[in-house]
Amino acid sequence: MIEASTVPEFAATTLAPRQRSMILRRLVAHRSFQIGFFLVGVLAIAAVLGPMLTNTKPSAMHISHRFSPPQAKFLFGTDMFGRDIFTRVLYGARVSLWVGFAVAAIAGVFGTTLGVLAAQFRSLEGAIMRLMDALMSFPAILLALGITAALGPSMNSVIIALSVAYVPPGVRIVRASALVVRELDYVQAALIAGARAPRIMLRHILPNSIGPLLVHLSFVFAYAILAEAALSFLGVGVQPPTPSWGNIIAEGRDYALQAWWIVLFPGIGISLATIGLNLLGDGLRDVLDPKLKG
Amino acid sequence: MTPAIRLILIKLLQAVPVVLIVSILAFLVLNLLPGDPAVIIAGDQATPAAIEAVRHSLGLDRPFIVQLGIWFLHIVHGNFGNSLVLNQTVASAMLQRLPVTLSLAGLSLAITLPIGIGLGSLAAYYRGSWIDSSVMTVALVGVSVPSFWVAGLAVALFSVVLGWFPSSGYVPFAQNPAQWLRALLLPSIILSLFEIGFLSRMTRSAMLDVFGQDFIRTARSKGISEWRIVSKHAFRNALVMVITATGILLSAAIGGSVVIEQVFALPGVGRLVVEGILARDYPLVQGVMLIYGLTFVLINLIVDLAYSFADPRVRYD
Repeated sequence: MIEASTVPEFAATTLAPRQRSMILRRLVAHRSFQIGFFLVGVLAIAAVLGPMLTNTKPSAMHISHRFSPPQAKFLFGTDMFGRDIFTRVLYGARVSLWVGFAVAAIAGVFGTTLGVLAAQFRSLEGAIMRLMDALMSFPAILLALGITAALGPSMNSVIIALSVAYVPPGVRIVRASALVVRELDYVQAALIAGARAPRIMLRHILPNSIGPLLVHLSFVFAYAILAEAALSFLGVGVQPPTPSWGNIIAEGRDYALQAWWIVLFPGIGISLATIGLNLLGDGLRDVLDPKLKG
Repeated sequence: MTPAIRLILIKLLQAVPVVLIVSILAFLVLNLLPGDPAVIIAGDQATPAAIEAVRHSLGLDRPFIVQLGIWFLHIVHGNFGNSLVLNQTVASAMLQRLPVTLSLAGLSLAITLPIGIGLGSLAAYYRGSWIDSSVMTVALVGVSVPSFWVAGLAVALFSVVLGWFPSSGYVPFAQNPAQWLRALLLPSIILSLFEIGFLSRMTRSAMLDVFGQDFIRTARSKGISEWRIVSKHAFRNALVMVITATGILLSAAIGGSVVIEQVFALPGVGRLVVEGILARDYPLVQGVMLIYGLTFVLINLIVDLAYSFADPRVRYD
């Protein structure tokens, strides 16, 4: 759905400890970052505390209360089986946020590893980058669709599929900033002084590529939540009865007119999560790369 | 050899390995999808001998590399094989569905480009004002809300309650252009929401970059009208960004159409591939994946070239 090839390339910068605390202070003062942090924080807490915030189970059917509109007993109403939508959305948050987080983490680890390797070893560069080009030639949602179908629909398949789809842009970003850092005088000096490749990679290239990657990963987190919802909506993602925001919408779709609440609330969940993560990403980008500041 | 031709040749040469890998990835779908294709093709009731016969006739008992070679050979002859589910060849199924997806993607781009560029420029010009913050809020919502969800709500409101648009289905352009537009307008607009959000964010930052430069101040001090400054001086310089954005937007439109076609029951390529995957129609999925992959290799190539021609400072050596 979203091609993440869009992340601008960053000028690599070198950070002293004092600058790091300055970055933190600027982040805390950044408006978008504050709102994003708040939204994501609230959703994350709700997801973690999930079972404690509700007194019913996501799959518990209150047959006499089918299609109940939102009310005190069922905050977000109930669905065609009389299941409590509030509880389902809460449990869905656990699934969606976990998938997004896992994909961002995996994309981060593989993106960093492959990107640094490609920048450091010319012999690997061609193979790695051409494979990434090829993977990026498929629309992310389609690639993920194919992989989830191959692995069988489940939450872990979704995580693997989306990771494959979102690793390539990360590799490009890390490689690009690593190539810049490698040419910096002090890295060249370290090389001349006899530092070996692993040391150069870990001590110099890695810390300096983290910023741009972090910005990218906050957007990947958002894309992954959207993509998971879309896959589950299409029926190849998280399978019912396990609630995910995407499959609650898919299940409620046929009743959207009589019982709008089934579809409305999980959609708001997805939207708030992605808005929050986009704001976080905007804040990080402004602070970590002032050149791109809007 | 002129530098331009040299550049095109180099780019083409660099695309060759990518095309190869894309084809292999598309081919791998057959081996990755669960189940044994021979069993699925032969049917549930088939005897082991019948399954073996199917396996042999499809060449599935040969070494992987031979299968790949045969597949390549067929592809270059335009032979994508037969669909297992639809009673037609993969090539004809794709050709039949292609106009729908192209219409959808084209219409959404036509909506996106003027609105996205307009909103982004407006936000950049009135930077920091309420115009800027409202445009950016709209853009943020655009890139954040899931399209299938908005689609569901929009169908409920505009199609079912108000009856302005059909809730699903497609009418070919040649048959009735007005009905074609009516069928595609709502899906295209919803597909555009993300694209508009994305493009206006990108336009804004590109324009801000240009507005901060010396030649804009010079132009102002010469007394050139604001409209001319924005439309000629600033926008010309932001054009390189628009080229890059168009490539990404095309990819977003075609990727997004996979989901939107499903919601609106539009018989496009995206719906074809989703159905193919769900029905384990291997040749179909392979064919569509290959076409998607090759299309994007081509789009990226064109964007790359356009980029380096639009901005002479960009050179690839």
